[in-house]
Amino acid sequence: MTIDLAIIGAGPAGMAAAALAAELGLDTMVVDEHDAPGGQIYRGVERAPESSPLGADYLAGRELTAALRSSTARYRPATTVWHIDPDGILSLVADGKSETVVARRILLATGAIERPVAIPGWTLPGVMTVGAAQILLKTADLVPEGRAVLAGQGPLLALVALQLARAGAPPIAVLQTTPRQNYAAAARHVGELWAGRRDFAKGLALLLGLSRAGVAVRRGVRLLRALGRGRLERVAWDGGEIAADHLFLHEGVIPNTQISLGLQLAHRWDEGQLCWRPVVDDWGRTSLARIAVAGDGAGIAGAAAAALSGRLAALDAAAALGHIDEAERDRRAVPIRAALARERAIRPFLDALYRPADGVLSPADEVIACRCEEVSAGQIRQAVRLGATGPNQVKAFLRCGMGPCQGRMCGPIVGAVIARARGVPIAEIGNYRPRAPYKPITLGTLAG
Amino acid sequence: MFRPRPEIPAATIAVEVEGRIVLVPAGASAAAAVLMAGLSSIRETPVGASERGPYCMMGSCFDCLAEIDGAPNRQSCMVAARPGMRIRRQRGARAIEIE
Amino acid sequence: MRRFDAIVIGGGLVGTAIGYGLTRAGLAVALLDEGDIAYRASRGNFGLVWVQSKGLGAPHYQRWTRRSAEEWPLLAAELENTGVDVGLEQKGGAQLCLGEAELAKRRAMMEQMRAEAGNFGFEYRMLDHDELAAMLPGLGSAVVGASWTPYDGHANSLALFHALHNGFAAAGGTYLPNCTVTQVAAAPGDFRIDAGGETVGAPRIVLAAGLGNAELAPLFGLSAPVRPQRGQILVTERTTRAWPIPLGSIRQTPEGSILLGSSEEDVGFDTSQKPEIMRAIARRAVLSFPWLAELQIVRAWAALRVMPPDGLPIYDESERFPGAFTANCHSGVTLAGAHANLFAPMVANGALDPMLAPFSAKRFDVPAAA
Repeated sequence: MTIDLAIIGAGPAGMAAAALAAELGLDTMVVDEHDAPGGQIYRGVERAPESSPLGADYLAGRELTAALRSSTARYRPATTVWHIDPDGILSLVADGKSETVVARRILLATGAIERPVAIPGWTLPGVMTVGAAQILLKTADLVPEGRAVLAGQGPLLALVALQLARAGAPPIAVLQTTPRQNYAAAARHVGELWAGRRDFAKGLALLLGLSRAGVAVRRGVRLLRALGRGRLERVAWDGGEIAADHLFLHEGVIPNTQISLGLQLAHRWDEGQLCWRPVVDDWGRTSLARIAVAGDGAGIAGAAAAALSGRLAALDAAAALGHIDEAERDRRAVPIRAALARERAIRPFLDALYRPADGVLSPADEVIACRCEEVSAGQIRQAVRLGATGPNQVKAFLRCGMGPCQGRMCGPIVGAVIARARGVPIAEIGNYRPRAPYKPITLGTLAG
Repeated sequence: MFRPRPEIPAATIAVEVEGRIVLVPAGASAAAAVLMAGLSSIRETPVGASERGPYCMMGSCFDCLAEIDGAPNRQSCMVAARPGMRIRRQRGARAIEIE
Repeated sequence: MRRFDAIVIGGGLVGTAIGYGLTRAGLAVALLDEGDIAYRASRGNFGLVWVQSKGLGAPHYQRWTRRSAEEWPLLAAELENTGVDVGLEQKGGAQLCLGEAELAKRRAMMEQMRAEAGNFGFEYRMLDHDELAAMLPGLGSAVVGASWTPYDGHANSLALFHALHNGFAAAGGTYLPNCTVTQVAAAPGDFRIDAGGETVGAPRIVLAAGLGNAELAPLFGLSAPVRPQRGQILVTERTTRAWPIPLGSIRQTPEGSILLGSSEEDVGFDTSQKPEIMRAIARRAVLSFPWLAELQIVRAWAALRVMPPDGLPIYDESERFPGAFTANCHSGVTLAGAHANLFAPMVANGALDPMLAPFSAKRFDVPAAA
């Protein structure tokens, strides 16, 4: 089968792109691993009740899911992409069966993942991400039982703390790790707060809501540790400790670059967001002719921005395939770009305010850096002393990145540890090269 | 470990977690079912036999690997709970079984 | 300029084994290597210490491989002192044959190997399906037989790589990464190399730069006409132990992952994966052991072998610049024993043993047509 546009991911970027591309006459397919559309930010939104503790911003995702469903785009849920050939050949698997689709253009809209927060004890059962708590609430209306602590920084931290409180399970503590020097750095971007005033107001409302809900927020928390034998029992920090059954961590989100790195697209290190991101132009085009990236997968800017950048990519694909001319593409892009600029306005302020402390990027020796292969940060430093200069040499010595997650969790940590150990900028340290299958498939499925 | 929030109607899907019947809400993943069953961990790693539970719940960390309906090492956070599903902890490496 | 007793260009399995052997001979060695991203055949190997397929029509290669297999346990025991277990197992190995035609061809090959081995000897057995099935659980009916020799085995090739680097460093070797060679000044017994912003000098030099040797060799009066040959491998989730021996294109690592190979593709320097090839590897694996169909593939790769024109290694010493040597092969794991324990001492002594003469690149010089 040959189609015009294959979109990987049914989050806001993918859904918005699909609806517009289909409207412009492109034969479009959206492929997504989950059973229902929404990505992570709008996960489970089609089934959410009006009274959802997740709030109105979350429920607004239903407009996008409805637009996808009512469009002529082919929507393939529960379908995994396991290989993409830059010539436009996609290998998919659904229900144990492998299928090949050829697409003239490909749009990666695989969104973001949470930055791994490698604190001592982060591999203990009972330690999860803040996003995980939110997913349990979104998909199954589940809340943590017992004593829950949220720790880290970023808009999601306060949001989820409030959502849990509204859902009848307020956390016993919110430990905010924002380093003191971030406030001065953020103050330099205070001019952008006016442009981003809507988001800023929302952020303030969150903090107010938390204090009204009686949730204790502790600021300037350092040296966070998860303690316990066999599972989480206590959360400790410099100057304090609390017994806990759940610890939810968050230090921001970073682009999910597994497929974009696998395709060997050009990437650059973003020192402001402290992450690798694919190099894209303002239509989302990458270093490979027929491949574009939209949404948080190209750089963190949030759900509204993701939908807008998805639409820009759809316009560009439509023009490239001759469905509209470039003049119309550019004309229709104008309001989208204006809205995108407004959505992105607060970003530099947030990036500066919530910049992770260096110990988050490059943890202490005894902390596990590669969860799958159980390799510590100290062992990585030892490999650097032996002469390993980058993640691929470290991988050869220590197996980091060879486990089931294929470097998704450890990639950021390994890169930062190597950079600090060698005394060079992270930008100079390369990346793993993720390989197909991007997600596991059985030999039987592959054999056909 | 995890429970339904108060205003929600009763959970209706019956699954088996380590041989025990657990009722979970529609939309729950197999990983969520394990958390609801109150298990402290979902697997033992093949490398060091370390106890692990789900971490990201979105298919990135692969720490939620469990045996589902006889198939080992499945990302349980990516599998929707279905009536009668049998979920077991993944104990280390997959056991070779040849009939 | 920093002076050493020997320079080795190339920090892969071949270069590191030779470098390690040279440090053991008491030499001060500089090991030059590229950076994190390079072709690095050493990262793409299968891990076999394989004898039975080596040297058809070339008994000297057969013998060299056998001798390397004999050196391997000594090397492994020594490397254990570096704190790394290289996981060597040498209990024999089998090459599975699917279909009668494959089996007949294999049998003929083994018979020829034995005939060519002469007094050196070559012990093998052809096993039928039932004998194999008794040893290998769940064997597929498509497997009609296999060739088996007692000489074959496998090891943890990445552990070998790690251990060689450990051993090299512990013996005082100097590893210089991110040092791609930029300039070469060669004179008999006097080599000066500019790399990574500094100059290193030594009276002996060994070119072990894999695919990079093709360009480097002529600068030293040598020839290393190696070309890339792509191979793809599939890797499964970790499982409990399945087989007592490796199987030529199926082996299980000490960690429990099952590696499935392979392919031989002439595609230049292209390391991309091809689903059709992966599918072919999967099909053969499932035919060999149907129960493999249930296993998940968690990763796969494509890497470039360093392939001389006739597949046999190239070992040479420069006539124009005595003191310059080269080592090229696509079996860096199997030949690690020979490289560390036999080849390196030859280099330390200043000349290659006559037994390596047939491996010289002179064999590619075609006399002018009459």
